[in-house]
Amino acid sequence: MGKSIVTIGGGIAGIEASGILAELGYAVSVIEKEPDFGGKLKNWDHLFPNMRKAEEIEDYLSRKGKTPGITLFPNTTIASFENIKSGFVLKSNHGVSYSAHAVIVATGFEVFSAERKEEYGYKIYDNVITSADLEKRLKSGTPLTTLAGKTPQRIAFIHCVGSRDAKVGNTYCSKVCCVTGVKQAIEVNKLLPATQIFNFYMDLRMHGLEHEEIYKTAQEKHNIQFIRGRLSEVSENIDHSLLIKAEDTLSGRPLKMNVDLVVLLVGMEPGVGTTAIGKACNIEFNQYGYLKIPDVHLAGNLTSRKGIFVAGSCSCPMSVKDTIEHARSAAFEVHRYLIEN
Amino acid sequence: MKAEGKRNIWREYQKEIACDHFYYQRSCIRQNFFPASEKTFLKILRDELGKDIYDDPLHTTCTGIGYHTDVVPFDTIQAVVARHFALMTEAGYKNMAISCVTSFGIYSEITETWKEFPEELEKVRKSLKKAIGKEFEVPANIAHASDIIYKFKGEIAEKQQFELINKQTGKPLKIVEHIGCHYSKMFPSKGVGGAEFPHVLSGMIEEWGGEVVDYPERRHCCGFGFRQYMVQSNRGYSLSNSKKKFESMEPYMPDAIVANCPGCNMFLDKWQYTLAEMQGKTYGQNGKGIPVLTYEELAGLVLGYNPWDLGLQMHQIDCEPLLDKMKVPYNPEDKYLGANKKYIGRPEVAACLA
Repeated sequence: MGKSIVTIGGGIAGIEASGILAELGYAVSVIEKEPDFGGKLKNWDHLFPNMRKAEEIEDYLSRKGKTPGITLFPNTTIASFENIKSGFVLKSNHGVSYSAHAVIVATGFEVFSAERKEEYGYKIYDNVITSADLEKRLKSGTPLTTLAGKTPQRIAFIHCVGSRDAKVGNTYCSKVCCVTGVKQAIEVNKLLPATQIFNFYMDLRMHGLEHEEIYKTAQEKHNIQFIRGRLSEVSENIDHSLLIKAEDTLSGRPLKMNVDLVVLLVGMEPGVGTTAIGKACNIEFNQYGYLKIPDVHLAGNLTSRKGIFVAGSCSCPMSVKDTIEHARSAAFEVHRYLIEN
Repeated sequence: MKAEGKRNIWREYQKEIACDHFYYQRSCIRQNFFPASEKTFLKILRDELGKDIYDDPLHTTCTGIGYHTDVVPFDTIQAVVARHFALMTEAGYKNMAISCVTSFGIYSEITETWKEFPEELEKVRKSLKKAIGKEFEVPANIAHASDIIYKFKGEIAEKQQFELINKQTGKPLKIVEHIGCHYSKMFPSKGVGGAEFPHVLSGMIEEWGGEVVDYPERRHCCGFGFRQYMVQSNRGYSLSNSKKKFESMEPYMPDAIVANCPGCNMFLDKWQYTLAEMQGKTYGQNGKGIPVLTYEELAGLVLGYNPWDLGLQMHQIDCEPLLDKMKVPYNPEDKYLGANKKYIGRPEVAACLA
């Protein structure tokens, strides 16, 4: 077809959309700031709801990235962005120019910086970790212990850290944390069956296919205790165990508990890459800093500028499954645009 | 515990504190319970640091206690604060130094209200002008007095006579720091170090050689809470809050507590006496209580001031164990002698503290 596309971001969405467009005969350049492609997926161990290994999706994307017509540019960022009659010219940090008839922004998300919830003591107390940290630990296969090497007797998972929280400026739901918390609690129970596990939640948003089922399984087969209440603070005891305070809103009572490990289920935020490229391309952001889509029902892959499309979680929080579907629809929108123009 | 994590938070919460030329706003209850603290603050600023600070006899209570117990309405307290600003303006000052944490919270709340609702500021200006013919400027800088000591903690360290070191063991003294709720829990950005890991007192302790005790109930209120204490039937609630803190800090064997709030200093000191009377329980070492100091008293000890000139004899919990550890010299016979060497009386001592 002789038309070229630049995809900014080589994570799940970028590779999936680019692969489809390459299969349709377009020349696609994928720009990735990291040395590797695949985005954050390479840090995940198992995926909800069916516990498949994340590596299976990585393998799929790896094959997709080798589709004839795709050229991958690792360690590359976009330094400038220019409009020309036929489309766009993007210049990289290496001084290379890329001409494109259409651009897909697929810059993904950043994990919420849990240290901003100061009261939870992340990066201060030894045994407060995030769900992203836990995922890396599970993937590495090293025994899950406290920093002192002790097998935790009690673990608390804290939902909605950095999501639905006006104090940190993120009033939106990150969508994936509830089910991630249930998934990780089950995984930990399988590894440490004698460990008591508590999930502190506001409400559990198990909206996806089979999500409600694993929530039920967590309670019936894995003895996970779900406590409806948001954590107020974490403190460290003299033995480096953690004292947590919450309100059990079902029983209507304040609650104090000693645990050995706290896992903060961190939400999603727009990445600095998204902000930078959005500004460079002069496209609009929504109130949370994600890239704005003009119509939530009918134009989920469009942006405020013609010829620039969006794929994946740079437009809003998404699961792996949703990201792949969004990327596929982005590819379709780009294809339609290039046929019509 | 990762110190770097705390330092990262402290970097986020560094407030602007004026360097010189302060208008001093005294506290109501500190002048009664810790009367030498404010005198010591003025002495440190003037004599040690060479600063200009104006101690205005015309200012009154901020009415904060009345405000927080719903006796004084918001319009009234705004007018009182505006009058203080007018006195400051007339005296030619722009930087306010506030002794009381509740007053600091009140001034912060009102100036923030004026930023959000400028019509309130205009209303107060008109009312004050009409009532007493005064006009005012909003201060350029509002600092709590502990902020100012924090700012100059390094200069104080240069003149340090006694380190916060246990000379008997050679180890740093373990000191509990406690900030008043109204210091930064309402406006974290207005407190040095924020609300969760405040640095204003811990910075002084570390600068002068001590070690900060991070215990589980560190953030918990001392229990004053205004209506918890002001309403007599609620005092058990006030006491139980302090008790919770003492029980939490006890395993760390602290050598002292330092606070920056009038109520916290008073209750953390005097409730120890009450608990000793009620339950025969003490939380310090060797069956004693834990000495509770104001930050000015701590600075004064570090600078080598006579403990009795600092007013340490006014505390319910004896400070001598701390003085002995620091090897601060003192004459026990002078403890209860006033400025004119006349016996001033001594506080009751619980049997188990004697």
